[in-house]
Amino acid sequence: MKKLINDPENYVDEMLDGMVAAHPDRLRRLDGTNVLVRADAPIDGKVGVVSGGGSGHEPTHAGYIGDGMLDGAAAGEVFTSPTADQLEEMVRACDAGEGVLCVVKNYEGDVMNFETAGEMAEIEDVEVAEVVVDDDVAVEDSLYTSGRRGVCGTIFVHKIAGAKAAEGADLEEVRTVAEKVVDNVGTMGMALTSCITPEKGEPTFDLGDDEIELGIGIHGEPGVKRTEVMSADEVADHLTEQVLDDLDLDDGDEVATIVNGMGGTPLSELYIVNRRVQKVLDDHGLDTWDAWVGDYMTSLDMMGCSVTVLRLDDELKELLGAPADTPALKQRD
Amino acid sequence: MADAEIQREAILAAVDNVAARIAEEKAYLTELDSAIGDADHGANMDRGFRAVVEAVEDDDTDGMEADELVKLVGKTIISNVGGAAGPLYGGSTMLASKELEGGITAETSVAFAEAYLQKVQDRGKAEIGAKTMVDALVPVVHTYKKSIEQDDLPPLTALSKAVDACERGVRYTVPLRARKGRASYLDWRSVGHQDPGATSTLYILEELLETAEEYLDGEVVRDARSPDVPDEPPEEVADEPLGEGDE
Repeated sequence: MKKLINDPENYVDEMLDGMVAAHPDRLRRLDGTNVLVRADAPIDGKVGVVSGGGSGHEPTHAGYIGDGMLDGAAAGEVFTSPTADQLEEMVRACDAGEGVLCVVKNYEGDVMNFETAGEMAEIEDVEVAEVVVDDDVAVEDSLYTSGRRGVCGTIFVHKIAGAKAAEGADLEEVRTVAEKVVDNVGTMGMALTSCITPEKGEPTFDLGDDEIELGIGIHGEPGVKRTEVMSADEVADHLTEQVLDDLDLDDGDEVATIVNGMGGTPLSELYIVNRRVQKVLDDHGLDTWDAWVGDYMTSLDMMGCSVTVLRLDDELKELLGAPADTPALKQRD
Repeated sequence: MADAEIQREAILAAVDNVAARIAEEKAYLTELDSAIGDADHGANMDRGFRAVVEAVEDDDTDGMEADELVKLVGKTIISNVGGAAGPLYGGSTMLASKELEGGITAETSVAFAEAYLQKVQDRGKAEIGAKTMVDALVPVVHTYKKSIEQDDLPPLTALSKAVDACERGVRYTVPLRARKGRASYLDWRSVGHQDPGATSTLYILEELLETAEEYLDGEVVRDARSPDVPDEPPEEVADEPLGEGDE
């Protein structure tokens, strides 16, 4: 399999160096770690908001470091949680004395390492809070999780918690609004092809030319159903209906959506999916306040997409619309 | 064993013994894990304990108190193991280490064991019967505490009873259907496999006992390596190993 890599061993290290080289004015790498933080971290008077997890989901996580979003992001090896000591260093580097919110996706390794890091940081008198994102409506328990997996809805948590922190809210307020997002967001994904990890160099799972998999996870872990190839509209209908079923929205509710690419799908196809997703929402009497389309949380080079829907209220709308300036997401007033 | 220097020596010896044992059992632990997990438990633990040996060989440990040294052990495991095992083994060791403040005594070792188990359960959210290391640790801590606090046995005897209890716990995991961790995805196909985490916990305890025998007065109460622990992995009942991505 052809890949633009050198040694798989150096995959994460070289990627992080490349990110810093692209944004030297805004990103800084903590010495001896795979942690990137804002060049100006910690920000005086502001609660820190940090995230992290396995690599291979770019631009998640470090792509969202910047004004109005994250203060730091820790990169584990590909599809592997960062270790707790690196997470602790990140937390300490992003604490300006106001405390730090860790945004964690619900995967066992991530949850345990973040919890351990939080306890380690608390020993050093850093106040730490945590929010665990479990937005994937496809599976109840999975290969890597007890409970639902945390996937693309995490980006809305980064955005909204980051905006709340930027407003000067305290740690409890930032945590509360992050929880509100988690309670109101759902996602479901699908794959046309498997991802290929740099270590393995070949597809993680076999999917026939005439097959797709619904409900897939962001590490190529099993979904809920394999079916024959469907049209973009059929995929969009299926994913959106599953998410809406789970969220139990009311006629007239306002929502924000993400049609997310898994890394190997052209933007044109994502727009085709989005066109149908918006029609389904409209048919349900829902009002889309904001629709994001693009590669937000990828699975290396997997072809496929996920659909995320977030129910909004006035507070969430304001925070979602607040300015952000990060390598992967820019938003103006 | 009040002398801090002797305690330091004992901890260093225990680290060496555990690291050597894990290295010896590395392939077997990975084999157990490949049946019901992601096939890295032996390699992970070996990497962790090799790092611990390196960390404590550092001159900086001179004059360290028992609790500080054990904390360093935990922290090193956290940094080098990762996954779920890093926080479970390393995080629990690190956080329980503060119970050893003032040195290792019968009382502080009970407190350490209880705190360790509590941390593992808080972190892993596993109860008895979920086919995890908790199935081995619960009987260990119960037996050790009871032997010391109720039966008034010497610590060495208490530890040896705890190792026996651990071994029974490990065997208890074999017929269980996994409900936590990656093994839970296999559901009934996990039945018949011994839990790797429970198994490595037993190896660690056996080496702690062996070390304690060297450092505590009193006769050797039992052979640390019980002949009852099978050398071969239990017979497989699953038909085919699951490939990643298989339904």
